[in-house]
Formats: sequence, structure tokens, C-alpha cells
Amino acid sequence: MSSSSGTATRRPSQMFRNLNAKIASIPMILTALCVFLGGTVWTIVYSFTNSKLLPRLKFVGLDQYERLWSAPRWLTSIENLFVYGILSLIFSLVIGFLLAAMLDQKIRFEGVFRTIFLYPFALSFVVTGLTWQWILNPDFGVQHLVRSAGWESFTFNPLYDQQIVIYGILIAALWQGTGLIMCLMLAGLRGIDEDIWKAARVDGIPMWKTYLFIVIPMMRPVFITTLVIIASGIVRLYDLVVAQTSGGPGGASEVPAKYVYDYMFLAQNLGQGFAASTMMLLSVAIIVVPWAYLEFGGRKRG
Amino acid sequence: MADVQTLNTVAVGIDPVADRLSGPQGARPKRVLSRRNIFLYGTLIFVAAYYLVPLYVMIVTSLKGMPEIRLGNIFSPPVEITFEPWVKAWATACTGLNCDGLSRGFWNSVRITVPSVIFSIAVASVNGYALANWRFKGANTFFTILIVGAFIPYQVMIYPIVILLREIGLYGTLWGLVIVHSIFGMPILTLLFRNYFTSVPEELFKAARVDGAGFWAIYFKIMLPMALPIFVVAIILQITGIWNDFLFGVIYTKPDTYPMTVQLNNIVNSVQGVKEYNVNMAATILTGLVPLLVYFVSGKLFVRGIAAGAVKG
Repeated sequence: MSSSSGTATRRPSQMFRNLNAKIASIPMILTALCVFLGGTVWTIVYSFTNSKLLPRLKFVGLDQYERLWSAPRWLTSIENLFVYGILSLIFSLVIGFLLAAMLDQKIRFEGVFRTIFLYPFALSFVVTGLTWQWILNPDFGVQHLVRSAGWESFTFNPLYDQQIVIYGILIAALWQGTGLIMCLMLAGLRGIDEDIWKAARVDGIPMWKTYLFIVIPMMRPVFITTLVIIASGIVRLYDLVVAQTSGGPGGASEVPAKYVYDYMFLAQNLGQGFAASTMMLLSVAIIVVPWAYLEFGGRKRG
Repeated sequence: MADVQTLNTVAVGIDPVADRLSGPQGARPKRVLSRRNIFLYGTLIFVAAYYLVPLYVMIVTSLKGMPEIRLGNIFSPPVEITFEPWVKAWATACTGLNCDGLSRGFWNSVRITVPSVIFSIAVASVNGYALANWRFKGANTFFTILIVGAFIPYQVMIYPIVILLREIGLYGTLWGLVIVHSIFGMPILTLLFRNYFTSVPEELFKAARVDGAGFWAIYFKIMLPMALPIFVVAIILQITGIWNDFLFGVIYTKPDTYPMTVQLNNIVNSVQGVKEYNVNMAATILTGLVPLLVYFVSGKLFVRGIAAGAVKG
């Protein structure tokens, strides 16, 4: 936008050079400045105010954050996100990789298997959540089935048990998301040179060792991409919880994104919502910034 | 600067996904009933069954009457097939005071998805073209902000957008939601188109310039026809993404204009009345039908689209 260069005198105006391109970029410029940059700064600033029903610029320092971190509901949300995050990361990577490795064995009907593993990803979290809510229903679903098969004392009731409800959500999330991870991993495996495999076979290295010590280290970029994708999905966890448990039983499956929504639009306590969303931003920054730095910061090789 | 490259590398890393998935290379193995094959296929079939069971349960449940559901188990096939739950889910299921079923949500979702897809792709494709071929001063700065913005959790920006939409009088309307979808689709779509147009040989562009074609002439006559595959990828990505959206729908629309996902959740999770599981499952399948159709029809392109889209958010 600026016209500070020396050539300005020779041309009519720098402003009108490439005018059409600038016009075409107006939506991007507005989005970048007003929404992404402006909106983020706005939310951070207002998280230091005591806004209730309407945003007001009455600063109260770190009050909202103190209240946030002493709210049992927020602490439950963070704990849930932590448990869910760690397990979802591990299981997605392991299941995704194992499925990809199996599909990579030059098997028949690979396309059929791939289509089956990936179709849940086309479904929304709401549909996923409601489906699994039904399957895990204690009176009709898996528990009922095993009990009526003769094992009377069998108990598997994650959606109505505060201790394990987050695992019920994890089951649904893994069903929905592992297909994508498998696809990314499969693409990574296909990118490995056939000769590596031949060389390993000639040297008599067992297959699992080849995977563990040669192939996986070679797939580092794929793993990092996948990791970023999984991590950014974890922080966003919202629709699935709303559909599957509505945060219950007794608030045992609350997550940060739901905390933000509820405080902003239901409890009319905007300040809390802003503080909570700023914490979410912080947690993403903790994941993304080191990754960006490691991958692109100190590196100057091609 | 670094961040643009970051996302570029991510996108480049993903781009060959579809190509590489085109199938295994080398000769087919001989069909032997070895122990390895039994284990391999056994595991794969078992896992595939696990992935298919929820779909099966949904379909089976939606075809049973309520008495049968109460007696039997959810995995047994229906004794008496009835399509009544489907009719009810579509036409008469209640959310709050409205009792015209999911059809309302379906048409709302159509009215949201169609303009959102067209608008967001039109904006992003022209923008990506400008970034690739008509670079101007400062363009990369804005683009970097846009891409970094893709990693910011939505929750940070939803309230400022409420205020912006209220200022221009679009809060609670379908068009407000269209704008929101265009905003949040912009980073990944712009990246997609920018990378594609950058890969177009520059001679082509220069030749057109020499012949006197301007910004829009080159876009419509040369770039647009060449970029059709990438448009298809973008359309798939946007249709599934926008149809499946729940968060923006619930925030930026009113009960009358709720998209299908929000209405579905309200129907199934409503606390009033007797739970009709068969109607709920029929409604759930109906809501998943559009993205499933897109998935099965588009095949390999879908993989490419979602792989690119997974980065957003």
C-alpha cells in the first residue's frame, strides 16, 4: 500500500500500479487485518476487562485469568483436553501408521479398504457424536448386547460414567479421524524409495526393524505434518462433545472450546470467554511456534 | 516470510498424497494362503468391519419400529422394515416450536453452502492469482498474516466477528454466515490457488501480456480454464467443510435459519418427549448423506481436498 520507493516520481502513482491485483486482494487484506489480526488483538485486550453482557473497556488486570484458573469447570476442561490430546495423538499415529503399513504390503482390494477406513472422515462431528452416543447407549448398545449374551455383570458405560466419559469421546474421535492419518502415512510410505527395502532385505534386516529404524526416521516430515494436523484438531474439539454428551455427565466431559462458547453466548460473561479463548490461543502458540522455529527458523539448507 | 514457506511446505508435502495413493507399484504378489496373508487380511477385514459397524447400526436402527428397538439389540437386522422414521425425520420431527422436520435444516444448509462455496472460491481464486502473477508491494505481508491466522483457534475471533456483522447489519442472517465461511476458508483456498497458479509456466502469462491481455482477461481466458482440477478440489473441500460445520452455524444464525447439523443436534439431544431412536438415526444419516455422496463420487480428489483442508483451523 505504501508508495515510498524512489520510482514514484517517474510513474503517475505507485498507488495505481497493479490496481486490479490490489482490488482483487481487498478481501484478503480486510480479512488479514480486520479479522485475524484485529480480532485477535481485540479479544486479548478485552480479556483484561470485566465485560459481562456487552464488551466494555474497564480494565481489571488479570482478574479474569485468576477466576478462570480457579474455576473447577475450566480445570476439568483442561484436564480433559490433556488426557484426550495425549491419547488421541498416540492412538492416531499408531493406528494410522499400522493401517498404512498393512495397506502398503501390495495387497489386493487396497482401494476398497482405504475407502472404508476414510469414509468416517467425510461425516461431521455431530453425526459422529450422535452415532456413537447410540452405540454406547447402556440400555441398547454394546453393554446391553454383551449382557444379553450371558455376561450379566459386564459394564461398559462410558457416556454415563464421569471417570471414563472422555474415553467414550476418544473412541468416536478415533473412528472419525484415523482414516485421514492413515492416508497421510500411506502417502509417506509410498514416498520411500523401493531400493531402501531391497537393501534392507539383502542385509537380512527384519521387517519391523526396517520400519522402526530406517523408514520411520525417513518419514520425519510426514510425521511432523501429521502431528500439527492432529494437534490443531485437538484444541478445536467442540462439536463432538456437544453432540455426544453435551458436556455431561455432570460436566465431566467439558472442553475449553465449549467453555468459551458457553461463557460468551449463554452465561453472558464475555470477559471469562475472552480470557479462556486467549488461553486457547496461547496453547496453540506453544505447539505451533516451536514447530515453525525448528522446521524453518534455524535452517538454511535446501 | 518463514511462515508462508512453512505452509507451502506443508501443502507441497500433502499435494502428492493423491498421486501416490494411485496404487501399489510393482508386480502383484501370487495368491498364497500363507500365514502372513491370513494375518494381514484377517486384521484388515476385522478393522474394516469395525469402521463399518456404526454405519450399519445407523441404517438398521432407522429401519426398525420403536417396539422392536426396545426388545432387540442394535446390531440385529430389522424384522419388519419400516420407512416411517425416515419420513418423520424429514418432515415432522420437532425442534422447539417448529415441527417441519429436518427438511428445514436441509434447505437452510443448501442456502448456506451454495453461495458460500461460490463466493469463497471466487474470492480466493482471484486472490491466489493476484498473489502468484501480479505481486504488489506488501502482498506477502498480508498473505503471511492470513496463513498464520489459519492456526488461530476460531474461538479467539468469533466475538469480534459478531460485532463486525452486527455493524453491517448481517448478524443472524444467512449472508452473514456466508461471509464467515468465506473468511475462514480463505487461508487454505488462497494457498491452494496461489500454489497452483505459481506452477503455471510464466511464458504463458508473458505471452498473454504481450498480446495486450489485462488482469481479468488473463484470469478468465487462460488461468480459469487451466485450473479446473484445482477448482474441483476446492469445491469438494468447501462443500464438505461447510455442510459439516456446527460452530459457526450455531453462533451466526437464528433458530429459523439453523443449518442441518445444528438442527439435527437439537432434534436428537432435546430433553423433552420420548426418545425415538429410529427417527434420530434416520435424521443422522440424512445429515451425513451429502458429504458421503461427495466422498464416494469424488474418490481420489476428496483425499487431496481433505489433506489440504486438514491444515486449516
